[in-house]
Amino acid sequence: MDFTFEEQQVAFRDAVRKFLMVEAAPEMLREIWETESGRSKDLRAKLADQGLTALSVPEEFGGIGLGDLDWVLINQELGYYAIPDSLSDTAYLGAWLLTRLSGDAALKKAWLPRIASGKARIAIGHPVNPFVSDAQLADLLLLWHDDEVHAVSREQVKLSFNPSIEMSRRLYKVDWTPAEATRICPARAGRELWEGVLNRAALACAAQLLGLAQRMLDLGIDHAAQRKQFGKPIGSFQAVKHQLADVAVKIEFAKPVVFRAAQSLATGNPDAAVHVSHAKLAAGEAAWLSARKSMQAHGAMGYTWEADLQMFMKRAWALDAAWGDRAFHKTRVAQFLFGAGAALGPGETFT
Amino acid sequence: MRLDYTERQQRFRQEVRQWLEQNVPKQPLQSFDTAEGFAEHREWERKLYSGRWSAVTWPKEVGGRGCDLIEWLIFEEEYWRAGAPLRVNQNGVFLLAPTLMEYGTEDQKQRFLSRMASGEDVWAQGWSEPGAGSDMAAIRSKAVRQSGPDGDYYVINGQKTWSTRAVWADWLFGLFRTDPESVRHHGLTFILLPLNLPGITIRPVRQLNGQTGFAEIFFDDVKVPASNRLADEGAGWQVAMATAGFERGLMLRSPGRFQQTAKALVELYLRHQAKADADPSVRDAVLQSWMGAEAYTLATYRTACRLAKGGQIGAEASTNKIFWSELDLLMHETAMRILGARAELMPHAPDAGDIGHWLDGFLFAQAGPIYAGTNEIQRNIIAERMLGLPRS
Repeated sequence: MDFTFEEQQVAFRDAVRKFLMVEAAPEMLREIWETESGRSKDLRAKLADQGLTALSVPEEFGGIGLGDLDWVLINQELGYYAIPDSLSDTAYLGAWLLTRLSGDAALKKAWLPRIASGKARIAIGHPVNPFVSDAQLADLLLLWHDDEVHAVSREQVKLSFNPSIEMSRRLYKVDWTPAEATRICPARAGRELWEGVLNRAALACAAQLLGLAQRMLDLGIDHAAQRKQFGKPIGSFQAVKHQLADVAVKIEFAKPVVFRAAQSLATGNPDAAVHVSHAKLAAGEAAWLSARKSMQAHGAMGYTWEADLQMFMKRAWALDAAWGDRAFHKTRVAQFLFGAGAALGPGETFT
Repeated sequence: MRLDYTERQQRFRQEVRQWLEQNVPKQPLQSFDTAEGFAEHREWERKLYSGRWSAVTWPKEVGGRGCDLIEWLIFEEEYWRAGAPLRVNQNGVFLLAPTLMEYGTEDQKQRFLSRMASGEDVWAQGWSEPGAGSDMAAIRSKAVRQSGPDGDYYVINGQKTWSTRAVWADWLFGLFRTDPESVRHHGLTFILLPLNLPGITIRPVRQLNGQTGFAEIFFDDVKVPASNRLADEGAGWQVAMATAGFERGLMLRSPGRFQQTAKALVELYLRHQAKADADPSVRDAVLQSWMGAEAYTLATYRTACRLAKGGQIGAEASTNKIFWSELDLLMHETAMRILGARAELMPHAPDAGDIGHWLDGFLFAQAGPIYAGTNEIQRNIIAERMLGLPRS
């Protein structure tokens, strides 16, 4: 039993954190928001320099060959800094799916090295999401069709843009026609692959939501410590303190749930899907509470475009329902909990 | 990261399980807040001690097994799984003992630890006073040091209240003001004293359930040898905070308790599902309850692993206390809602069947956000020490 991360994992996370602190200041995020694509080539190149695009690409394809536990820490940071990039879709989910395709060596050779070097963007379409993020920039779209996996180029799809309140990603409705030529995995094998993608995507959202929750709490604390009313910082009043303390409690008890879900995916735990859904619910609730309470601590400033809070708040609102909304994830937990043969009670958590 | 048990840990679990299967009383004991029940629970402590199970984390020399925190969690899980009796000496074994081991003299450890582990001495707490509840630094009970032919002693005058287990306990640990000129948390001293000394009057206080789980204690020129002082004179606040840290942090409420309740709640819900689902929020509350118990378990294991690697419990101990006390309320409120109009039945009511423990648990859960430092105080601690917000 060792519920801690390896020193190298923490050291890598710390390095990424330092990098993002410098390279992804809120002013820069605002500039990227205002661009048409919502993406910055420059930021993507820097993320690649940090090794982030290569993180889980196998070494034989020019990657670093790491996995779910490494990503859960990195995704927390991507959340904390609200990074406007489809990094996780491409380098975590896309790389995971392509790596596990059996028998299509050419496709792996074509795409995995490009993912690792940061030269390719992958968009992923799954029926749990009505829209595909960043489809307009994708060099390759990996799309679900009756549990089959299809690889489709941007030229083969028709995109319609659906503006979202959350501006750090762009949502598209994708119209396309599945064909024999686009199918890269049949339904029988595809079902398991899509389940793996969905779980990793939901976990990535959960980890980002944790990071977002922490960032919004930090912004709330900063504001409450600076802003004075009645001759005192408002953060000295218990009515304000207690609301922020409640957020800290939520975050503190969501963290181990998210980390355990990552470990379950990494080790192929048969209950991994339940653990992921629990993680997504816990992190989503923490992030929404943090948004609500941080906004309250900000007062009217929290309702402005000017305050940075909005960038994190809007992302938290959106990610909560991405890759399975609460109903979806509660249903998965309920199926386990109320189903026959669930091992519950003391001593069953790790068995 | 590895989230599985070693073979040794699995063997340990089996050993605990086997012993408990053979020894846990088949009939539940009477409440330890009655005279007979208290005696039964003391007898159970003696039995635990005879199997060396009463204080598994203590060193072997003083009756423990030298278990690490993971083994402690395993023991607790099995203990709750087996439905074993509540620990009448929890104040001593889990709260005072770690403090005693850290601050006590060799002589004090010899005198107190094994008698505590065997249930010969059952301990009560003496923190709160009529004017010092959440504001513990307002303690006024005085201990004045004097010299006598047999050495120094303290003369204690004042009053303690809400003193858990004090009606039938043997010993008390608590804070007293030794420096009459001092204010707030200065000049307080941690003192251990037997409750049968001349000058002590114990007045039982009836609790919500009608039983006397705590008491008021009056001190009228009570003489206590100075050798019963824990750590230095005037260092009481610091020593007490160490106790409070353990209490909130890890040992007061182990996850096994909540996992057991969550499991029972799921079973209760499934038995009454047709009726319970008429209120759609019940199903969600059951889900939230199980997820909460699971999160608490995960968080506790994570803390235990971090401590094993040299980490410390700081203000996040306060997040624990808020989390489990609110979880306990949620679970018992949900059970009461499922039971509907039968929920109010006293456990001994002829038609109560086996549901009475939910009412007991529901009543006890009401106290959770209040004892061991109210949740408001915990929120202040989190805000000021964890989040760095300015003091009020």
